[in-house]
Amino acid sequence: MSRYLTLSALAVLFLFPLVWSGWASLEDPSDYLEMARFGEGLGTYATNSVLVAAMTVTGTLVVSALGGYGFARFDFPGKNVLFLATLAILMVPYATVLIPLYVLLGHLGLQNSLVGLSLVFVMFQLPFALFMMRNAFEALPRELEEAALVDGCGTFLAFTRILLHAVRPALITVALFAFLASWNDFFAPLILLNDGSSFTLPVAVVSMTQQTFGAIDYGMLQAGVMVMAIPCLVLFIVLQRHYVRGFMSGALRG
Amino acid sequence: MTLTIDRAGRAARSRPPARWWRSRKAQGWLYAAPTAVIVGVLFVAPLVLVVWMSLNRWPLLGSATFNAPDNYTKILDNPLFADAVVFTLKYTVLTTVLLSAVALGLALLVQDRRPGIGFFRTAFFLPGAVGFAAAALLFYGMLNNDFGPIDPMLQAIGLTREPVKWIGTPNMALFSTITLVIWRFAGFNMLILLTGLQAIPTEVYEAARSDGAGRRQIFTRITLPLLRPTLALMLILSVTGSLLAFDQFFVFTNGGPDNSTVSMVMVVYRDAFFRFDLGGAAAISVVLLAALVGLNAFLMRRLR
Repeated sequence: MSRYLTLSALAVLFLFPLVWSGWASLEDPSDYLEMARFGEGLGTYATNSVLVAAMTVTGTLVVSALGGYGFARFDFPGKNVLFLATLAILMVPYATVLIPLYVLLGHLGLQNSLVGLSLVFVMFQLPFALFMMRNAFEALPRELEEAALVDGCGTFLAFTRILLHAVRPALITVALFAFLASWNDFFAPLILLNDGSSFTLPVAVVSMTQQTFGAIDYGMLQAGVMVMAIPCLVLFIVLQRHYVRGFMSGALRG
Repeated sequence: MTLTIDRAGRAARSRPPARWWRSRKAQGWLYAAPTAVIVGVLFVAPLVLVVWMSLNRWPLLGSATFNAPDNYTKILDNPLFADAVVFTLKYTVLTTVLLSAVALGLALLVQDRRPGIGFFRTAFFLPGAVGFAAAALLFYGMLNNDFGPIDPMLQAIGLTREPVKWIGTPNMALFSTITLVIWRFAGFNMLILLTGLQAIPTEVYEAARSDGAGRRQIFTRITLPLLRPTLALMLILSVTGSLLAFDQFFVFTNGGPDNSTVSMVMVVYRDAFFRFDLGGAAAISVVLLAALVGLNAFLMRRLR
């Protein structure tokens, strides 16, 4: 029983900031309207964030599903080198490649671009996603695919028509991690986006605190926090099982 | 239609092995091609580029000129960087110790499946779903002396008489930041430890108990040693994450007061985008990269 008391006290401590932020953002609902008028407008930043998240999730799913199938079922020269190079992304601290990425995206005409930012997020997600998808395809019985091949499908048809459906749980896990990472990340958009109209929510709301010379409107700030946090909280609560599966599969061990 | 069946049927019955493998190879490559492009262009190329940049005077605008090894020797003369190294190391040690202790405590509390435990696991993890920048902004408001609820609460229970300077002094800024980090990451680390705890077979515990081991003994003699690989993983993640700290300081303290909370990555950022010296920032990046890869290799060998 005393364990439950301890747990409850701790749960209050952990949940209090979230509850307070939600409450503070509602104390004066006009804060949300105020947010909508800040800078380019909340709508623009939210749209940017949604676009980046959608492109990141789609890109990560496509690249890792194709790659995962390739790595699980085919042998080709350079396979191990490529797999190790992908896993090496985990070994290289994120912050140290952002400066060259800034220069590189400039040369590719993707500076200050939501597409460029999304591609960078896909790259950071790839080690986890590829590992996850490769394992998922390896776990499928070969008969599933052989039946399709004998029936006259090419491997690509077998892949899209049959195998992809069979690995749906892994796809959901990969999509969830990609969404949370791209929606929440602050450092990459801070460096790679330099025009106010292309800011994503975290950069826009942080710049709200750092560009105001007068008093900061804290109610408005918490409204911004809620707009950023609520989609993640809802997704996490709904897809918890998939998040924990991502953990358990040892994918984080890289 | 008949054609496909015919072709497939022939392929299935008598495919020549050599040709079959050749085409499998080509297909494998095609499936892996998008991965190769992303890894090559957005990971390998920047890695090479950061080294090349560190050997050049590379202004934010304008053309680059070779100046090796100036960017590296300059690091030694950068007093901000020297302070940042000391501060980041201090922050890393404190954060890792406190975060591990809290996470281990939480994991032990929620490790057994009992009614309602799922709720508590979720409650402890939930801050982890919130973005780090959003979490920092949340604390920024919560600790504000005029707006936040913390000062009035502390005063109401008589712990303090006047508002606390949560980010106004170097020590308090560090304390507040670590509190934020623990709130945000304890649940994440708890999940990592839970996977390790659940991998310990229950028979081991039963055997220890039937041999008369007490709870303390079970913890120190069985749980901790068997949890070692998981603890090592958590430690590596926490150390690496802390050494690369940026968001929390940028949002929360902006390096202040008096540059007392400038982390190493913050120096990289400031060199690049305030002093417009991308070459200098690249040199610091290369040093950080080498140090972290070395440290990771060392930790993995020592701890596993």
